[in-house]
Amino acid sequence: MATLELRNVNKRYGSGLADTLKDIELSIDDGEFLILVGPSGCGKSTLMNCIAGLEDITGGAILVDDADISGMSPKDRDIAMVFQSYALYPTMNVRDNIAFGLKMRKMAPAAIDDEVARVAKLLQIEHLLGRKPGQLSGGQQQRVAMGRALARRPKIYLFDEPLSNLDAKLRVEMRTEIKLMHQRLKTTTVYVTHDQIEAMTLGDKVAVMKDGVIQQFGTPQQIYNEPANLFVASFIGSPPMNFIPLRLQRRDGQVWGLLDSAVGVAGSAHCELPLGALEAGMENREVILGVRPEQILLGAVEGQPSIRAEVEVTEPTGPDTLVFVSLNQTKVCCRMTPDAAPQIGESLVLRFDPDKALLFDAQSGERLGLLGKTSAAERASTVTPFRGR
Amino acid sequence: MSAIAVLSKASPLDALQRWLPKLVLAPSMLIVLVGFYGYIAWTFVLSFTSSRFMPNYSWVGLQQYARLLDNDRWWVASKNLMVFGGLFIGISLLVGVLLAVLLDQRIRREGFIRTIFLYPMALSMIVTGTAWKWLLNPGLGIDKMLRDWGWEGFRFDWLVDPERVIYCLVIAAVWQASGFVMALFLAGLRGVDSSIIRAAQVDGASLPNIYLRIILPSLGPVFFSALMILAHIAIKSFDLVASMTAGGPGYASDLPAMFMYAHTFTRGQMGLGAASAILMLGAVLAILVPYLYSELRGKRHA
Amino acid sequence: MPKRALSLSRVAIYATLLAACAVYLIPLLIMLLTSFKTPDDIRTGNLLSWPELFTAIGWIKAWDSVGGYFWNSVKITIPAVLISTLLGALNGYVLAMWRFRGSQLFFGLLLFGCFLPFQVVLLPASFTLGQLGLANTTSGLVLVHVVYGLAFTTLFFRNYYVSIPEALVSAARLDGAGFFTIFGRILLPMSVPIIMVCLIWQFTQIWNDFLFGVVFASGDTQPITVALNNLVNTSTGAKEYNVDMAAAMIAGLPTLLVYILAGKYFLRGLTAGAVKG
Repeated sequence: MATLELRNVNKRYGSGLADTLKDIELSIDDGEFLILVGPSGCGKSTLMNCIAGLEDITGGAILVDDADISGMSPKDRDIAMVFQSYALYPTMNVRDNIAFGLKMRKMAPAAIDDEVARVAKLLQIEHLLGRKPGQLSGGQQQRVAMGRALARRPKIYLFDEPLSNLDAKLRVEMRTEIKLMHQRLKTTTVYVTHDQIEAMTLGDKVAVMKDGVIQQFGTPQQIYNEPANLFVASFIGSPPMNFIPLRLQRRDGQVWGLLDSAVGVAGSAHCELPLGALEAGMENREVILGVRPEQILLGAVEGQPSIRAEVEVTEPTGPDTLVFVSLNQTKVCCRMTPDAAPQIGESLVLRFDPDKALLFDAQSGERLGLLGKTSAAERASTVTPFRGR
Repeated sequence: MSAIAVLSKASPLDALQRWLPKLVLAPSMLIVLVGFYGYIAWTFVLSFTSSRFMPNYSWVGLQQYARLLDNDRWWVASKNLMVFGGLFIGISLLVGVLLAVLLDQRIRREGFIRTIFLYPMALSMIVTGTAWKWLLNPGLGIDKMLRDWGWEGFRFDWLVDPERVIYCLVIAAVWQASGFVMALFLAGLRGVDSSIIRAAQVDGASLPNIYLRIILPSLGPVFFSALMILAHIAIKSFDLVASMTAGGPGYASDLPAMFMYAHTFTRGQMGLGAASAILMLGAVLAILVPYLYSELRGKRHA
Repeated sequence: MPKRALSLSRVAIYATLLAACAVYLIPLLIMLLTSFKTPDDIRTGNLLSWPELFTAIGWIKAWDSVGGYFWNSVKITIPAVLISTLLGALNGYVLAMWRFRGSQLFFGLLLFGCFLPFQVVLLPASFTLGQLGLANTTSGLVLVHVVYGLAFTTLFFRNYYVSIPEALVSAARLDGAGFFTIFGRILLPMSVPIIMVCLIWQFTQIWNDFLFGVVFASGDTQPITVALNNLVNTSTGAKEYNVDMAAAMIAGLPTLLVYILAGKYFLRGLTAGAVKG
């Protein structure tokens, strides 16, 4: 049971090389579940190794319960880790695998037996204790790897992509199980993954990383609804957020973005999105509108901007059907219920949920605060639907 | 900043753990630096001195190398190495590849046959040399056997023929090493993706064609490895010559390794011997450097 | 493919393989036959003629002249094999699992040792052995074999250990195990195949060595290969080919035996040595 804080952590392998980790600042409370997520090579596994003590940091501090552990050797940090490859000792049976860490800590044999029994019961692997890792299925190995970590009763658990070697079905099962386990044990946990679904479902806090830099640190809801930049917005969510290039325009003291579906239906192939009050200098600026596929809805509603477009492709996924149209020469994905799904070539009226659409700077990729600033009530009063020309 | 903190906060035992890998490797590093590279440098230095029975360090420049290149026996040894190496490598590769391809045809008792082909590799070159010296003995060996069997005019005295003695070394060396080439290629053949073969069969290629045009060309790396090993054996070949011919008759079957040994340790020409050793190293490097270069480049592209 | 052509070609394949087997086996057969013949029998018969009388006299005489050197070889080979294998295992462990700045460079430098023509180190090595008082001693030969066997033994273990996930070592470190505990409790139990490969490789290399034996040993400390060569190439007295062949068999039997008993590992050693990196 512990808090974890990373202060300005840096990691660089050679003096001439680029930073692998750059100014990492994170802190989680006792019992929280932190997800480190990002594409491969973003530094998330390195960061985890640094927390475990398997690699030294080159700057900053790692604090557990407000005590700096960054100089300690891994064995003294009281941290347990579950590895992507499970890293079970192949020549030892399951019992010895779980007991090894306890033996190394000079625990009394009777106490070790009790602990192994407790963990085995918890993970329902009692019948496997006599087997070697090579005789276990992937899911069973995964359980043993978790058992080995649980037996130590450490302050912090680290999980390094623990589910990535499992098949899809087992992965979902184990994901639920890890969540249940954490709810029960309430041990501080750091979990590395490149899977955004794991990130969203498991984490109390999520840190999205890229190129050794934390792009955003917040709750899953914050990450999903208010992504800090284009990278976070594109990385989280499946199918990914639509990014539509726009040029900002000012009219009537109000800023507008113009959408064009290039469909030859008179008057409705254009749509002007009201984008609230504008700071000086934003006029004529190239921006990117971010809209999630489920935020594009079918049919027009009074007070919400909408546009007519032609269906180019549909992809039924089972629970949803993904419908693709072109807006501003960009392919845009809309998620619809299969019942409502249109045919290819059909022309539809789509409306946008103005509460949720986001704007990003086209150059820096940073999110612009425009839409978030205005309240829904304000916006409703300024919206002019169907400003067809 | 924290790098210092790391060390200051570690207990002495932890510090020891940190240094253990380096400590464990240290003796070997010393051995390699001194026993490999230091000694090469030392030999290099000796090759520029007038050392005879005992090392001395009076500098004579390139004189030993000049003497070496002026030495008829060295030229014979070098030429012999070319002939021996070329034939040994060529025939071993040919025989090895042929046997590997034949063994790859779902042969019954393949393991047993493989064992027979490979066993000479387990023998010392001295044993091989002794055996073949007896087999090729003019008067009592194969020579006599074939005459006993009714081939009255048969003569086989290459072992004492200065012109042909080098081929006797080739025969014995091929007998010893070709099974190894076979094993290398057989392992390579087993690694070939069988779907390629099926695809070729569907395309209507005959079996010999499939091997010649598709499978063997894909075994380039194995070919290269085998070539390296064989070249290396050839350059270092010393025991075989020592036991079979001792370089004779005269110095007709001398090889550089034999030349180096004789001049350095029995004829008191240490400086000359050192120069010949350096030239041998040069020959190995000439083969090795392109090999390592291609290996490393291959890795980087992979 | 037509069935008949196939069967015809298969006959040819088997015939060729059988002939090849004969070529590889006959020298061994001749050695054996000759070693059991009497000198007279050798002069009157030919290589493949059956002995008139099987006699062990050649073997007895051969053992008398090379038996002592046989034990020299045993005394050189066993410690040299064990020490070089242990060092190779430790080196491989560090190079694969505890890489540090410069360790890759060291591995590269070491790898070159696999190709080193030993002629280029013979002189300095013999000076050093002299300085250490180890010239013409069994310990001196053990030392030389350990030093120049290190490249291969390290290569074997290093290549084996890089195929083992590093996470295993990380897991053990988090479990509280130290450098030697991880080596002894986790990695060594996994290393049985490569230990076998390395032991057998080193055994055949050192047992079969002639160059180091002839340069660094003399008289009573010579290994069997040197003794055999001396026996075969002495020009004094009548040649006793039965004794030569029996002595050659004695020199060759240990490695032959190892090959027959553990051929799998022998082959793996050869190919591991061949396919480097």
